[in-house]
Amino acid sequence: MNASITEHKRTSLAEFAAERLIRGSGIMAIVFVFLIFAFLLREGLPAFTEVPLDNLFSARWYPIEEYYGILPLIFGSLVVTIGAAIIAMPIGLLTAIFIAEIAPRWLREILKPLIEVVAGIPSVVLGFFGVVILSSLVRETLNLPTGLTAFTGSVILAYMALPTIVSVAEDALDAVPRSYRDAALALGATKWQTIWMVTVKAGKSGILTAMMLGIGRAIGETMAVLMVTGNAARVALEPGALFMPVRTMTATIAAEMGEVAQGSAHFHVLFAIGIVLFVITFLVNLVASFAIFRQSKRSARLLS
Amino acid sequence: MRNLGLVLLLSVLVLTACGGPASAQPSSAGSQRTIEDVGSDTIVNLALAWAEAYQKIRPDISISVSGGGSGTGLAALINGTTDIANASRKIKAEEIADAQQNGVEPYEIEIARDAIGVIVHLDNPVQQLTLQQISDIYSGKIINWQELGGEDRPIVLLSRESNSGTHVYFLEEVVRLGQQANKTLFSQDTLLLPSSEGIIAEVRQNPNAIGYDGLGYITPEVKTLAIAPQAGGEYVKPSIDTVNNGQYPIARPLFMYTPGEPQDEVKIYLDWVLGPEGQKIVGDLGFVPLH
Repeated sequence: MNASITEHKRTSLAEFAAERLIRGSGIMAIVFVFLIFAFLLREGLPAFTEVPLDNLFSARWYPIEEYYGILPLIFGSLVVTIGAAIIAMPIGLLTAIFIAEIAPRWLREILKPLIEVVAGIPSVVLGFFGVVILSSLVRETLNLPTGLTAFTGSVILAYMALPTIVSVAEDALDAVPRSYRDAALALGATKWQTIWMVTVKAGKSGILTAMMLGIGRAIGETMAVLMVTGNAARVALEPGALFMPVRTMTATIAAEMGEVAQGSAHFHVLFAIGIVLFVITFLVNLVASFAIFRQSKRSARLLS
Repeated sequence: MRNLGLVLLLSVLVLTACGGPASAQPSSAGSQRTIEDVGSDTIVNLALAWAEAYQKIRPDISISVSGGGSGTGLAALINGTTDIANASRKIKAEEIADAQQNGVEPYEIEIARDAIGVIVHLDNPVQQLTLQQISDIYSGKIINWQELGGEDRPIVLLSRESNSGTHVYFLEEVVRLGQQANKTLFSQDTLLLPSSEGIIAEVRQNPNAIGYDGLGYITPEVKTLAIAPQAGGEYVKPSIDTVNNGQYPIARPLFMYTPGEPQDEVKIYLDWVLGPEGQKIVGDLGFVPLH
């Protein structure tokens, strides 16, 4: 009797400790995010008062002479990211369809882990590959003045975003109930019609999430773009902009943060760029979560 | 998102580290003494060679060398986190003021000289340029090799990042031709590459490119141009002789800065660097020795 009481006490104590530990870890994660955000605001917001706004939103970035125009950097990040999205989205979706719907089981078992391996390649390695091989390939085949362009960055980023897009989209397609496909085939649809008009449509929001997560990965990437995009800060509002050198926000922060004197205007502007980047990635993630939210509501509706 | 978080977390850690006292103070006599040596990427190979050679003579001293750019080294000096800052340019007045605010009095030592070579692809027929022409190229006034007697190709401008001492020196002495009042800037089309190796790699494979780099970095896979100080002047290629006799126009001193006059082990090390053994290594690495 006595023994069982102490036993019970001991387990409840262990239970209590474990629960607190897990809860503490969870809270820590949230606290860290908020601390990072608070720190970002504290260091970045002074930029908006220290630097005149017409300088901050100009098209010239040359901080050692106090030109702090961040427009070319935002432009650069957008061009590279949109380029990466245009390349990665169709390839990612088609790969996911192939793996989920068409590939025989044995091939699927090989392809899935292979794609995870691609995700594990360090970005520096990809950047090095970009500088040594891809950039001269791009220059020669497209007959450009230099191969260090936004396009080269987009190709590398697309490669980095692909594993995310493929895995998440493939999961989404996999989650579409078997009965949908059976029903479509029973109605006389071909395999292609079933895939395109039923399975992909049903998994739409999951696929959208995959795209958003892939883009989120691309816009925040630093090392590879720093190495291959040429880092020329200019706004080129012309059709060929994708094939010109650009300077992205992440590359600017990475290249210049080590040099600045703490507390200087340049230092604050770099953090302000961090805020802009944070807001953009936050919006992308928000759109992605919204898509997931809608998806769950829809399945709840279907079940009722 | 995750990457950004990581970058920020790292920045937080770095900043916390910067706030603390210098990590490299001698803990106690007789134990392993570490000398921190941070800064210019131009100097980093030289500093590493010195550190390795010095290790053989004085195994009890360990010298930790890292690059990042002259601005990075001087920032570390200002923040009190290094014993020696390497710089390929002179410290700026603002940096001295910042340092004094933190109670640091930068002490300057010239350790070697370096020529900056202007480089192009091996197949580029252009052999020589005047300083004025180089300035016009980098400020975007000349945009085709044809204007310089070359092929009909666009000129792709390559430069180091703006935290590089080489970048600042090149801006002041070449793009602005050494004129104080001249406010010419690099063309916005200039590609800013993060490393000297990056510039060599691009010039080696791109026949449109022009770049500049410290003499110690230039390999035979690119062509170094002969340069004349003005039109009609003599075109000179960079070498130890032409730098020492002042003929080659784009040469500069390289510096080490210490917080205050160097003391004890740092002083002994710097005396060795300036001595015959240290200066021999300067020549071996393609820089120009002081004597």
